[in-house]
Amino acid sequence: MTTAKSRVPAVEGWFTTDGDSPALLGSRCRSCGTYAFPRETFFCRNPGCEGTEFDDVPLSRRGKIWSYTDARYTPPAPYVAADPYVPFCIAAVELAEEKMVVMGQVVPEVTVDDLAVGTEVELVVDVLYEDDDHEYLVWKWRPVPAGSGGSGA
Amino acid sequence: MPDDRSVAVLGVGMHPWGKWGRNFVEYGLAAARDALRDAAVSWTDVQFVSGADTIRNGYPGFISGATFAQALGWSGARVSSAYAACASGATAIAAARAQILAGLCDVALVVGADTTPKGFFAPVGGERRDDPDWLRFHLLGATNPTYFALYARRRMELFGATEDDFAAVKVKNARAGAANPNARYRQEVTTEEVLASPMVADPLRLLEICATSDGGAALVLSSMDYARRHGTRSTPVSIPAVSTVTPRFPQTVIEMPNFATDSAVAVGAFDGPAFRRSIAFAAYEEAGIGPDDVDVAEVYDLSSALELDWYEDVGLCKEGEAERLLRAGDTALGGRIPVNSSGGLSSFGEAIPAQAIAQVCELVWQLRGQAAGRQVEGARVGVTANQGLFGHGSSVIVTT
Repeated sequence: MTTAKSRVPAVEGWFTTDGDSPALLGSRCRSCGTYAFPRETFFCRNPGCEGTEFDDVPLSRRGKIWSYTDARYTPPAPYVAADPYVPFCIAAVELAEEKMVVMGQVVPEVTVDDLAVGTEVELVVDVLYEDDDHEYLVWKWRPVPAGSGGSGA
Repeated sequence: MPDDRSVAVLGVGMHPWGKWGRNFVEYGLAAARDALRDAAVSWTDVQFVSGADTIRNGYPGFISGATFAQALGWSGARVSSAYAACASGATAIAAARAQILAGLCDVALVVGADTTPKGFFAPVGGERRDDPDWLRFHLLGATNPTYFALYARRRMELFGATEDDFAAVKVKNARAGAANPNARYRQEVTTEEVLASPMVADPLRLLEICATSDGGAALVLSSMDYARRHGTRSTPVSIPAVSTVTPRFPQTVIEMPNFATDSAVAVGAFDGPAFRRSIAFAAYEEAGIGPDDVDVAEVYDLSSALELDWYEDVGLCKEGEAERLLRAGDTALGGRIPVNSSGGLSSFGEAIPAQAIAQVCELVWQLRGQAAGRQVEGARVGVTANQGLFGHGSSVIVTT
């Protein structure tokens, strides 16, 4: 008999897992509007702002690749690698509305040959690693198929 | 150049870089004794010891100033220990320089040394879910070469850099390193060998990413007045500027070990120089010189591609022109403005707290005309550039 593993975030409070439209959770300063990811809770990065109150806000789910690479060799712990190891891509993605760049793994089976600076990607939640009882989830970027619509969040 | 902001470099010393696997204190001690001999200063005359820390060698590494002082024999000297990741050496130099310029001491010893594990740098032990350096490995599998590769790909996209360009940087630095007795790698390589080495983080290959090494470097610094009275050289090499700047908000280039850049929403893009460019320019301003005055540069080539970024960031050329400089041979030995005449990290590998000090050692040897086999003829002004994790700038101007 097999039971489905329970799916839990690999890190608490960094992203939502809502259905079809998961999002990264950032913070926004109530005083000056500066975003941060991961969330800032007790200081604003803007040197001209002493704000101490922040709203948790979902960040844009789509952006454009600023740069990208891959990991051909197994990263060291605390990365939990599959055995056998499967290389993956990493992208740094520009979010237009937040005017910031956010890194993430790219979904499996995408290689650097499928990516380019400027490629539009969207956020998904996928398995980072698993153990006997759990699948641990993380955010990943997935290239948006050509013709699948605008740059809306 | 204003004398009152300069300190003299009386002596330099290094323990050769390698993968020796011994206690880091041994390398630091050897480098310190070398520098003291070179300066003709006795250890008991040193009034201030400035250690550059290592975080991978237990408690002795966290209080390296005292560790090295004990190894040299307790003398009552005042002490400082500083950690600033790859910029630790510059921070230790800055601490010693400030003591000297404030008149609190005449002679200071700066020491940094490291013993490193094999392979990718991993975060130090323990589960630390509030430490971005731990989390970037855990959640992204983002190693240091991941970030180097993001910059390299960006350079290819913006400025048309090619894999051949990146390989050419390695070929150039390997040639210089072959002539440096302190370098770990002393073999020349060909473009074909670089391009045949395994891809690690596309587009960077194994031979284009700096290794992690053991090594040690040390400087004996003094006031200009002390150098005139006690120095063995009529015109000592001096340090007129040390830059340890932080970035300016919003920092819009992704930096190791972060997950994201700052957001430019509230204040718009910063209209001054980006962080990496501000590092050397703060040093130029302090020294009252400009990049046109520089004869030789030591920059932090964590990857072959990153060396090209530094050409622009230390002002040797305009943005987007680094490949042209490289292809013209300007930055090779015998070129107009040799870069990494030591062989760079490419030939040394990174011994973190020693590296910024080693950059200064190389420039001192160049300015004294003692860089046999790799000498930049007539060099009178040199600049170093380097950057420590989380925003520690590091740039030192050396003149004669």
